[in-house]
Amino acid sequence: MAVMVEAPAPATAEVTDRARRERRMGLMLSAPAFVVMVFVTAYPLIYAVVLSLYNYRLTDPAGKEFVGLGNYATVLTDPVWWTDFSTTLLITVFSVAVELVLGFAFAFVMYRILRGRSLVRTAILVPYGIITVVSAYIWRFAFQLDSGFVNQWFGLGDYNFFGNRWSSLFVIVLSEIWKTTPFISLLLLAGLVQVPEELQEAARVDGATAWQRLKRVTLPNMKAAIMVALLFRTLDAWRIFDNPFIMTVGANKTETLSFLAYRQNVTLVNLGAGSAVSVLLFLTVVVIAFIFVKGFRTDLSQVRGDR
Amino acid sequence: MLTWYINPDNGGQGRLAESCAAASNGGYRVDVQVLPNDASQQREQLVRRLAAKDSSIDVMSLDPPFVAEFANAGFLRPFDAGDAAAFTDGVLKGPLTTAYWKDQLVAAPFWANTQLLWYRKSVVQAAGVDPNRAGFTWDDMIKAAEGQHRVIGVQANRYEGYMVWINALVVSAGGEIVGNVEAGKDATPEIASPAGDAAARIIGGLARSAAAPPAMPNAGEEESRSTFQGDTGGFMVNWPYVYSAAKEDVTGGGIAQSVVDDIGWARYPRVTADQPSRPPLGGINLAVGNYTTHPAEAVALVKCVTSLPNNIAYMVDAGNPAARGAAYDDPKVREAFPMADVIRQSINDAGPRPITPYYNDVSTSVQLTWHPPGEVEAPATPKETATFMSDVLQGKRLL
Repeated sequence: MAVMVEAPAPATAEVTDRARRERRMGLMLSAPAFVVMVFVTAYPLIYAVVLSLYNYRLTDPAGKEFVGLGNYATVLTDPVWWTDFSTTLLITVFSVAVELVLGFAFAFVMYRILRGRSLVRTAILVPYGIITVVSAYIWRFAFQLDSGFVNQWFGLGDYNFFGNRWSSLFVIVLSEIWKTTPFISLLLLAGLVQVPEELQEAARVDGATAWQRLKRVTLPNMKAAIMVALLFRTLDAWRIFDNPFIMTVGANKTETLSFLAYRQNVTLVNLGAGSAVSVLLFLTVVVIAFIFVKGFRTDLSQVRGDR
Repeated sequence: MLTWYINPDNGGQGRLAESCAAASNGGYRVDVQVLPNDASQQREQLVRRLAAKDSSIDVMSLDPPFVAEFANAGFLRPFDAGDAAAFTDGVLKGPLTTAYWKDQLVAAPFWANTQLLWYRKSVVQAAGVDPNRAGFTWDDMIKAAEGQHRVIGVQANRYEGYMVWINALVVSAGGEIVGNVEAGKDATPEIASPAGDAAARIIGGLARSAAAPPAMPNAGEEESRSTFQGDTGGFMVNWPYVYSAAKEDVTGGGIAQSVVDDIGWARYPRVTADQPSRPPLGGINLAVGNYTTHPAEAVALVKCVTSLPNNIAYMVDAGNPAARGAAYDDPKVREAFPMADVIRQSINDAGPRPITPYYNDVSTSVQLTWHPPGEVEAPATPKETATFMSDVLQGKRLL
């Protein structure tokens, strides 16, 4: 049985004193990290917001001009943004959905296996240890017409995987899945380990089938772990850059939102529109995180290792 | 110690750096840094460093289309009037035009490149045409190729090489892609004009004709070269390197000597019979970084590298045509380049790509709207380009 931890009683005078000291201590301990965060995160963020209000080219300083929210209107009404948005959405939905199912399967294997446990765990985790750019090259070379072996293996002849949108996206999503399923299964394994064995036993004694135990006992007790895994992976997939950059350079409508931001900011040095794209990308990330936290009704701050 | 950022070549620039450093009698030493292969990646790296005011960039090898952008951003150190003469004396007209921004000399032409018309002697003989005749046009060429069931090699993939072709056609017809360039983003697209229409008619017409190679929409320099050297090859527009490359292919066993013997060359074809063509212009200019801490030594290095003897040495060593006209009279050059006179004349009369700080936007707008070549129509395509380009320049559309 889970041990129910009693919430601390409403503070009495002496506890308040102690609590206050602890809180002050906590603030002092976290202050340096907070200051660093403000410098490395808040400052660029605010600067990006300011830049996004200008029509500004790095190489045309004299042409800098305040346009208010004009860049946002331009970006949001441009087909390029929406094509990239839909590409990013497709990649995210497909890769995360497949990864969740596969990740569960791997997590169960890693959890239940008795012999050769460390070998299996290592084998499953290998792809995650490979740098994304390197894995992108591996997949590109595998599917490319001149150097690839995939066509030969599957008898596909001269089929050009990077010649159109859907087959390019297929390869990109496949490599994403290959690369990050280990990550999601690792998080799920951590959740699985936390499901109390007593609960499983009690359910078994009560006559619950394996499916019922999974649905009623395992999954509900893993909610926080699932959410963390999904949230991390969704945000990761949403910011995908390396794979399309290496495999297609954004051709055939495989450009993602991060790629668009990169192109505007770095290639075209169009800092105004580029910053607007970056800020919008940031907002979509916030919205995704918000949806996940609300949707799962899990308060992460309450998730502790006391069970 | 000076740092010279170069575009990759066969090592010729590195050798010039060494000999110039030796000739300076201890005045300076040169560290050569090689930039990425691709011209746009070279630009990206230089822009990133210069925007951060990197003082390690003393001298850089710069693609001519980027000169205006860099100069406008204040990245280049203009040359003194006193030095200017040394950098412009005897330089052919084509490269000279790319070295200025707002009437100030900001770069020194080092080597220049141009495209020629390459033809198979057997094909033109059978067709009864003479590409070297004044007044030989694109239409003449398409008709001759069609008649002989041969194809014309062009660069029509969606990349900078396609822009090179489109620009050459527009300026050869007496127009320009964009005007009033000093106004920056308020420059006016001029491509929706009779000259733009003439260019669109040639490109769309060729793409839809029997003279179009099957892979024309994906063809770059190398693809057109291999088409031209193949059984269906008749004509090709391309840079002079193709001649030595063909000879190397013979050594490597790729093609027979008879193919090289069959190759002829002429000036870039005309758009209209009564107006001389303006061939494409490429090459490399040298510029001094504005944040350098050794400006005097950097200028001295540029002076040495771009001198006439070094122009000749580099042309023979690296195979890249010189920017100074007198180089083409050198016996060693004439031996290596049997077509030296045509190259010199072409570079002198070449029409540069638009000189604007927004060159990237201009070029990409054109590439996006003119691809695939089979769908290019006059006057619809040039009109669409003009609207799109103007929106992009004004920040109303994303690229």
